[in-house]
Amino acid sequence: MTDDVVLRVLAKQMIPFILLFALYVQFHGDYGPGGGFQAGVLFGAGFMLYGMVFGVTTLERLFPGGAFRIGIAAGVLLYSAVGIAGVLLSGNFLDYNVLAADPKAGQHMGIIVVEFGIGVTVAAVMIAAFYAFARPKA
Amino acid sequence: MDFVDGFATHYNYWIVIILMMTGFYLVIARPNMVKQLVGLSLFQGSMFILYISFAYVTGGSAPIIVEGEQSYANPLPHVLILTAIVVGISTTAVGLALVVRIHQAFGTIEEDEIHDLTRED
Amino acid sequence: MISEHLPVLQVVVPLIAAPICILLRRDDTAWGLATLATWISFIIAGSMFVEVQSAGALSYALGSWPAPWGIQYLVDPLNAFVLLVVSGVSAVVMLFARDSILDELGRERENLFYCAYLLVFAGLLGVTITHDAFNLFVFLEISSLATYVLIAAGRDRRALVASFQYLIIGTIGATFIVLGVGFLYAMTGTLNMADLADRVRAYDTNPAIIVAYAFLVIGATIKLALFPLHLWLPNAYTFAPSMVSAFLAATATKVGFYVLMRFVFTVFGPEFSFDTLSVGLPLAILAIVGIFATSIVAIFQNDVKRMLAYSSVAQIGYMVLGMSLATTTGVAAGLIHLFNHSLIKAALFCSVGCIVYRLGSSHINSFAGAGRRMPWTMAAFCAGGVSLIGLPMTAGFISKWYIILALLERGWWPIAVLLVVSSILAVIYIWRAVEPAYFREPPADAGPVSEAPLVLLTATWILVFANIWFGIETSLNVGGAFAAAESLLSGYAP
Repeated sequence: MTDDVVLRVLAKQMIPFILLFALYVQFHGDYGPGGGFQAGVLFGAGFMLYGMVFGVTTLERLFPGGAFRIGIAAGVLLYSAVGIAGVLLSGNFLDYNVLAADPKAGQHMGIIVVEFGIGVTVAAVMIAAFYAFARPKA
Repeated sequence: MDFVDGFATHYNYWIVIILMMTGFYLVIARPNMVKQLVGLSLFQGSMFILYISFAYVTGGSAPIIVEGEQSYANPLPHVLILTAIVVGISTTAVGLALVVRIHQAFGTIEEDEIHDLTRED
Repeated sequence: MISEHLPVLQVVVPLIAAPICILLRRDDTAWGLATLATWISFIIAGSMFVEVQSAGALSYALGSWPAPWGIQYLVDPLNAFVLLVVSGVSAVVMLFARDSILDELGRERENLFYCAYLLVFAGLLGVTITHDAFNLFVFLEISSLATYVLIAAGRDRRALVASFQYLIIGTIGATFIVLGVGFLYAMTGTLNMADLADRVRAYDTNPAIIVAYAFLVIGATIKLALFPLHLWLPNAYTFAPSMVSAFLAATATKVGFYVLMRFVFTVFGPEFSFDTLSVGLPLAILAIVGIFATSIVAIFQNDVKRMLAYSSVAQIGYMVLGMSLATTTGVAAGLIHLFNHSLIKAALFCSVGCIVYRLGSSHINSFAGAGRRMPWTMAAFCAGGVSLIGLPMTAGFISKWYIILALLERGWWPIAVLLVVSSILAVIYIWRAVEPAYFREPPADAGPVSEAPLVLLTATWILVFANIWFGIETSLNVGGAFAAAESLLSGYAP
C-alpha cells in the first residue's frame, strides 16, 4: 500500500512484539490484569497494522477471510464447550470447580480456556471488521 | 457556597453530566450519521466513567492483591464496564457498517439529504 | 439430570447454534439448525412452564456461585409465561422463514441471517430468564445488535436507514437502563433482582433511587415502543423482511414490556411505583393517547406492513394500560394481551408475508383482487384482522374483555368506553386492506398469480388457529397470566 521504507521497517520490527505482548496479556490474565478481550484486540491490532502498511490483499493471502469466520465461531464454541463440560461433570453451567480434581486447579483451567476462547473470537472479529471496512469493494 | 462545594467534591458527576449531554446533543442535532455515532460513543463513554468513578474507594489501590495494602477499589464495576465497553464497540462497529452500506445505497450520509431521497421512493 | 439444567439450556441452545450456523454451507442446513434450536427452546420453555405451575419457581446458579453474588436464572410464573410466548411464536414463524427468506434474501447471506436470528432469539430469552440486572442489559444488547442486522437485511434501501435510526434510539434506551442499574448498584451494592428488591425498600424516597427508577422506566419504554417513544418502530417493521417483522412484532416489544414489569413490580415493588411515585396515571394517559394517536395514523397508511406496525404501537398501549391499573385483573389483562397480541401480529405479518412472496409488495394497491387470487392467504389475513379488532371467539376478544373488566373494577368506565371506540379504528384500518382484496379487480397488466406455497400457508394458518383456539379455550393464556399477576402483586392492593 505504501512505499515508505521507514514505515515498513518499523512495522516489521513492531509486529512480532505486539503479537507477543498480546499472548502475554492473554495467558497472564489469570494472575494479573489482562484477559481475552484485551489480548484479542491487541492481536487483531498487530494484523491490522500489517494490513495497513503492506496492503489488505497481502494480508488476505496470509489469512483468507473465510479463516476468520471459523475463528469467530471456534472461540464462542470453545467457551460454550467449557460451560457444557461443567454440566457433564455434574456441576452447573460454567462451573469451573468440577473441571479438575482440585477446585482451585479447576478454576485456573476453566478461566484460561474460556479466556482463550474469548481471545480467539475477539481477534477474529477485529480482523474481520477490518476486512469488511478496508477491502476494496468488488 | 453549597454549589461550589458540591462541585469540588462531586466533580466526577459533573464531568459525566457534561460528557453525556455533549454526546446527546451530537446525536439529536447533527444530521451527519458518523457524527451521530461519535455522539453515541460519547454518551456511552460518560456512563463508563460514572461506573468507574463510583467504584473508587478513598485511599484504595487498584484491585490487585498486593502485600501491605489494606483497602482496594471495588473491582466489580470495572468488570461490568469491561463488558459494557465491548457492547459499545460492537454498537459502533454495527453502526459504522450500516453507514457504509447507506453510503453505497444513497451516496450520502446526511440524514436530511437521505430524507429527501427517500421521499421519491 | 437434564431437567435441573433446563433454565440455562433455554438460552444456551440457541446461543451455541448461532456460531455453528456461520460455519454451515449455503443451503437449507442453516435454516434447519435454527429451526431445530428454536423448537428445542420451545419444548424447554413448555416443560418449565408446566413445572413452575406445579412446583413453584426454578432457580439456577451459573457457575455454581450462590444467588446474591453469582448470576442467577430464575423462572417464576411471569417469565415462564413470557418465555413460552416468545419461543412458541418463534417456533411457528421459523416454519415460515425458509421460503420467505430465500425469496427476499437469496442464498448468499442465508447462514449469516440465521446466525443473527438465533442471537436475537437467545438474547430475548436471556433477558427474560435472568435475575441479574446487569446480565439483563447484556442480553438486551445481544438481541438489539442482532436485531439491527436483521432489519438491515430488508430488500428496500430504506431498511438501512430504519435500522440505523433504531440503533441510535435503541442504544440510548439500553444506556438509560444501564445507568439505572448503575445507580441501584451504587446505592445497594447488589445486582441480583430479589436482593435489590429487599434493599431498595430501605431507601424509601432517596433521590438516587428515584433517578434510577426514572432511567429504568424510560429505558424500558423505549425498548417496548410506548407512545411517544415509538418512532423507531414503524420504519423498522415496514422495511424488514416479512419473517423478521412477524418475529419482532411477536417477541421483541413483548420482552420490552416484560422488562418494564420486572423493574416496576419485582425490583421496586408496586407500593413504591404506584403509591409513592404514582406512575400509574402517567402511564395510563400515555397508553390511551398512544392507542388513539397511532390507530388514527394507521388508518392513513398505504403500506399494509406500516399500518400493522402502527397498530402494534397501539396494542402496546393496551398492555401498558392494563399494567398501569396495578390490580390483579389489570396486570393479568396486560399479560393476556401480550400473549394474544403476539399471536395476532404474527398471523397478520405472516399473511402479509405471503402476499409479498407472490406479489412483491405490501402496498394497498397490490392487494387488489388478492381475495380471489390468493383466497387462503386473504382468509388468514381477515381472521387475524378480526382477532385484532376483538370480535368474540378470537384471542383478541379475550384480551379486550379482561382489560375492560379491569377498568370497570376500578370504576374507570369512561376509559372502557374509549377502548370500545378505539376498536372501531382498528375496523377501519383493517378494512382498508380487505376492501381492495375482495372488491377491486386486479390490475389489468398483472400476470397470473397463484396461491402462496403450502409451507407459508401452513405456518400462517397454525397462527390463525392459535388465535381461534385461545379465544375459546383460555385456560393457558388467562390461567398463566393470572398466576403471573398474582405472583407480582402478592400482598398489594391499590
